[in-house]
Amino acid sequence: MSGDMQRPILSVQGLTTVLARSGATILEDISFSLTPGEVLGVVGESGSGKSMLALSIMGLLPNVVRRSRGIVSLDGDELTAQSPDHWREKRGRDLAMIFQEPMTALNPVMRVGNQIAEVLRRRRGLSGYEASKEALNLLRLVEIPSPEKRISAYPYELSGGMRQRVMIAIALAADPKVLIADEPTTALDVTVQAQILDLLRKLRRDRGLSLLFITHDLGVIAEIADRVMVLYAGRVAEIAPVRSIFDDPQHPYTQALLASIPDMKGPRGRLVTIEGSVPAIGGMLEACRFSPRCPFRRDICEWERPHLGVVSGQQAAACFRPFGYEQPLEAVI
Amino acid sequence: MTREIAIEARGLTKVFGGRGSVFGRQTGGARAVDGVDLIVRSGETLGLVGESGCGKSTTGRLLLRLIEPTAGSVAFNGRDLTELTKAELRRSRGKMQIIFQDPYGSLNPRMTVGDAISEAYVIHRIGDRASRAKSVLEMLDLVGLPRSAASLYPHEFSGGQRQRVGIARALALRPSFVVCDEAVSALDVSVQAQIINLLQDLQRELNLTYLFISHNLSVVRHISDRVAVMYLGRIVEVAEADHLFADPAHPYTQALLSAIPPSHPDEPRHRHELVGDLPSAHDIPVGCRFAPRCPFVQDRCRATDPQLSPLPDGRFVACHRAADGSLPTYRLNS
Repeated sequence: MSGDMQRPILSVQGLTTVLARSGATILEDISFSLTPGEVLGVVGESGSGKSMLALSIMGLLPNVVRRSRGIVSLDGDELTAQSPDHWREKRGRDLAMIFQEPMTALNPVMRVGNQIAEVLRRRRGLSGYEASKEALNLLRLVEIPSPEKRISAYPYELSGGMRQRVMIAIALAADPKVLIADEPTTALDVTVQAQILDLLRKLRRDRGLSLLFITHDLGVIAEIADRVMVLYAGRVAEIAPVRSIFDDPQHPYTQALLASIPDMKGPRGRLVTIEGSVPAIGGMLEACRFSPRCPFRRDICEWERPHLGVVSGQQAAACFRPFGYEQPLEAVI
Repeated sequence: MTREIAIEARGLTKVFGGRGSVFGRQTGGARAVDGVDLIVRSGETLGLVGESGCGKSTTGRLLLRLIEPTAGSVAFNGRDLTELTKAELRRSRGKMQIIFQDPYGSLNPRMTVGDAISEAYVIHRIGDRASRAKSVLEMLDLVGLPRSAASLYPHEFSGGQRQRVGIARALALRPSFVVCDEAVSALDVSVQAQIINLLQDLQRELNLTYLFISHNLSVVRHISDRVAVMYLGRIVEVAEADHLFADPAHPYTQALLSAIPPSHPDEPRHRHELVGDLPSAHDIPVGCRFAPRCPFVQDRCRATDPQLSPLPDGRFVACHRAADGSLPTYRLNS
């Protein structure tokens, strides 16, 4: 966003993806940037398009989905303007991703050390000996206990948390600039989740790693993100520094999301609910997509699509309400 | 607490896979649930928390006798379920039900919602066609679904609506005790709140008793009157919900609660980090099963297994040091 002088490491402009066959939009006009060493949290419920966003940036969209518009640039290199081979090269080296369920992403019949070494040989050109030495270092880096023993383990011999650590080691093997983490702690127990979040924080601090952290859990966001982008039904609802999101959310959806989480302290009143459910792909409105569920909707909300407008400083929301129910100037992001 | 006891489990044990011996202790199997004593009072919600593999779901199924215990007993309204005959058990089934996590998995995709709900009446031979159809509509009203839902198939509903169907099914026979096994865990937060409110409304209206099993600690705090914490097949702490969350007594509860992500970025953290992984249920440590990971461990913890026993303030804790007050103090929100 403006105000930040640092050159973004990752920049996404006007990204729009559609179902190849029907043309129904999945993501619409997504723009944001990530500065070096920053953690941008992406929050959304099912159907918000948050996982599709990750795949779009990785250049790994499934065949049924197509990018119809938009630019993805990594460190000034416009990936969307170049060949798929170039993108693949970048994906191996500068862009890495970890997933919710490491068991499905790891090769079940290959020792974890070899899986890490494979990346080291192919992406960093290390010899077999160097690669296995470096694989051990990476297992140490991700704090796997007794790495000398675990290096020759198969994925099924490891716990869920340990597998996610191996996934992180593989992702870090090529020394990426940007790590995309798609719900990396959702399948883990809360004590293990806390350990993995600690590890990711440490990697960000020590190696200046930039992180795009996708989750549905606002607690995890509070713990790790610098800024937050809230997605609703394929559009950006709000983007702001993490404290603004928690202290002064501007979009009614962000407000409702925060209010519907049971509190860990204080009195236990009735939970605030958002009526209805997330619209299905293909059934999306052109006007404000949250309007059918919004307690503050007025006529304009049902007629027009709100632009993402700057509310103050680094906070922008796609909602007419903060702007006196008028169309805001489109934020330059 | 003067409410009647709805469910009482004594020494409930389930060993998977091992070979049993006629005399005492089994060997070889996974001791998923290992000597659980638990009371659920009529009309209350007892939260049951713990990490994956701790035995909380198995406990829920044992209480309903959906699986047979290896040892121990369960009494429902004073009658020992483990001694009932098949016919008697079937009759009591109507009074005790379960709501599962995944409504996709628990509903037959080729059965309309109306048929899915009335299946319970058919199996229990209640009413005729007309009265069953009427009951189905009543159930749909009860869970906040339109009556037109009766002729639709599960795939025509959203996740939240499907869970309402799951609840309607579970309540069709008007049970008094319901096990909610991760009943809201698969739902989006905005929908989760609707279902939690519904479960609470239904509890009040129908005087239901809930065992609410979940790994989501903020949901458990919200909905429970009391909370039991499980670790490796054992209950390690039982207390009033507010008490447990504000001032956990067992070192495992402390570690568990301190790992919950904050509700605000500036919230101070006091993390009790757990070292190592959960031991296998095949290879349970001698003495206190939390001892290998406990920051406050003493020699006696490795030697003798602490029993769940009352503290002066009314809680129950299975910890030698909590019992004699020698644990360093800990407060979640200090």
